[in-house]
Amino acid sequence: MQLKTILTTATMALGLATAALADGHEKTKVGFVYVGPVGDFGWSYEHNEGRLAVMEEFGDSVETTFVESVPEGADAERVLTQMALSGHDLIFTTSFGYMDATMNVAAKFPDVKFEHATGYKRADNVSTYGARFYEGRAVIGHIAGKMTETNKVGYIASYPIPEVIRGINSAYLHAQKVNPDVEFNVVWVYSWFDPAKEADAAKALIEQGADVIMQHTDSTAPMTIAEEAGIVAFGQASDMKNFGPNAQLTAIIDNWAPYYIDRVRAVKDGTWSSMDTWDGIAPGMVELAPISDKVPADVKAEAEAMAAAIAAGDYHPFTGPINKQDGSAWLAEGEVADDGTLAGMNFYIEGVQGEIPN
Amino acid sequence: MIRLEKRKQPSQVWSYLTPILAVIATMIAGGIMFWILGKNPFEAIRIIFWDPLFNTQFASYSRPQLLVKAAPLILIAIGLSLGFRAGVWNIGAEGQYVIGAICGAAVGLAFYPMESFIIFPLMVLAGAFGGFLWAMIPALLKIAFRTNEILVSLLLVYVADQLLASMALSTLRNPDGGGFPGSRNLQQYPSAANPELIAGTGAHWGVVAALIAVIFAYILLAKHKLGFQIKLAGQSPRAAHFAGVNTSVIIVVCLGLSGLLAGLAGLFEVAGPAGQISIDFASNYGFTAIIVAFLGRLHPVGILLAGLLMALTYIGGELAQLMLGIPLAAIQAFQGMLLFFLLAMDVLTDYRPVIGKAKVV
Repeated sequence: MQLKTILTTATMALGLATAALADGHEKTKVGFVYVGPVGDFGWSYEHNEGRLAVMEEFGDSVETTFVESVPEGADAERVLTQMALSGHDLIFTTSFGYMDATMNVAAKFPDVKFEHATGYKRADNVSTYGARFYEGRAVIGHIAGKMTETNKVGYIASYPIPEVIRGINSAYLHAQKVNPDVEFNVVWVYSWFDPAKEADAAKALIEQGADVIMQHTDSTAPMTIAEEAGIVAFGQASDMKNFGPNAQLTAIIDNWAPYYIDRVRAVKDGTWSSMDTWDGIAPGMVELAPISDKVPADVKAEAEAMAAAIAAGDYHPFTGPINKQDGSAWLAEGEVADDGTLAGMNFYIEGVQGEIPN
Repeated sequence: MIRLEKRKQPSQVWSYLTPILAVIATMIAGGIMFWILGKNPFEAIRIIFWDPLFNTQFASYSRPQLLVKAAPLILIAIGLSLGFRAGVWNIGAEGQYVIGAICGAAVGLAFYPMESFIIFPLMVLAGAFGGFLWAMIPALLKIAFRTNEILVSLLLVYVADQLLASMALSTLRNPDGGGFPGSRNLQQYPSAANPELIAGTGAHWGVVAALIAVIFAYILLAKHKLGFQIKLAGQSPRAAHFAGVNTSVIIVVCLGLSGLLAGLAGLFEVAGPAGQISIDFASNYGFTAIIVAFLGRLHPVGILLAGLLMALTYIGGELAQLMLGIPLAAIQAFQGMLLFFLLAMDVLTDYRPVIGKAKVV
């Protein structure tokens, strides 16, 4: 009898709390976990810009928090649990390596919504989201193929995960289309954010004759080195023009703000549900920074046309014929890669030098 | 004028008082820093030191987490302290930690998906043995060729890191992982998992092992002949030589034990809180443990407390980021201040501040 009363009271209290949230009487609390510092001016910086956009959009009706430079592993699970315990309604975990931690904590806090960037595991309260960065990579690959004089492009890569491999393939494919002699030299630094390592990698690549630098890491160090060496480079995740006013040809910009605003609104409206989002240039999740005047007008026009064609859905960066590195056929003439293969891409396409580390 | 006069003997009283003074000094200096950053200094310090332990909302979770975070630090630091006392400088515990994790996880994964009570003990043995072997490289090189164990053990950390990346990408990669690097999650494999022993306490086997190591080291140093020889070898190598202490044995024992404990710490971490071998499994515990060892004055009980204090600043620091929006850099500066004051205050143990002119001796 008594137990029943307690349970009823608890249920009523819970109902009231939920109702209060739906009515907007209570602030929606949104947390962000970053893998690097917000001042990396790359990946984490853009996620934080998204957070600021959420604050601007919803004003006093939301409260946002963040923890930066959280290592991927046991520490992430603790940070997430503390966020869940401190009454967050929605938590964005913004790096691939937070996947298992996100799933574990989400299982313990079914009332808290989680959004995991670039992952593939979902649950009733875990959504995943990512951007089709390879669309941007295709455009910068095209520019790189046209701009390189030594025919050597240096590529600083973080971890050999499908997202990074897809980027290398996309950039190489489009560089090689306009310049059959182009070579990509890939250096793996095994970190998302390590300015010293990234700088060393850039220097080594330049010494080996690269005159164009591409990066799939989060710091601005490679851009700074390219500027010093008087060569050209592409910004990653953010517009890095301030760090390479002469070097930057363009940059792939991740614009998370519209997605974050949508998802926060969904939580406020009570319409949030678990889903998988993979958006590209068309809805503006992937943007390109203004193309530098160093790029000849015709190349610039071609690049912009390609971006427009991708946005319009007229062109897919992975359109056959494309062979795998070992020469076996992957896509037939006119065939377009399916999302499943792209999401788990663990092979190089034909022509890419070197091996995926294993 | 204030000057420092050397005490005839280090002061007992001050050796207990200096840590407390250091914490107070850190609170004042750190408080000023938080205030300059526009945060409420009292609130910040309360969140870092008090909330992880006593806040009703968090403490039930963060108190056990304190043990989880401190256990590997204590386990490694105990091993290191033996060597540091003997003048054997193992700087590469990070590498031994990684190798221990790889060996232990490899044994567990080799049995997958078989379930048996014997698997976890075998993993523990493999982890300890892996760390031990990795530490034997600098030990044997030092004995045979008089190489510097600081350099050899440190450089082996980078070798271990490369091995770790290779394991995560090929040999131990999860075949069902969709091409992503990283091993299977051992937490989801009951025979190989290192779970909480009592729910809600955070205490896994690594915490138990850390406590046993503290007791073991205390007895070794206080009661056992080997402990005496270790201390003697560090304080006066010549005297140790004349007393018949075999230097080679001391080197093997000190590096071997610290490697073994670091390997164990790695195994407990990979089978428990971390769950899997991944490229960035190494989380600097091996290096942080060096600080913990010195912070604890190379004394087993001191190390226990120092490990818990370090863990507290980590967890409290995360809460402060979360609740007050204090940047990580400021938290790290705050942790740095704590170490700085703890070591700086040490001067009071050995010296006495005296007001007035020096006496002519």
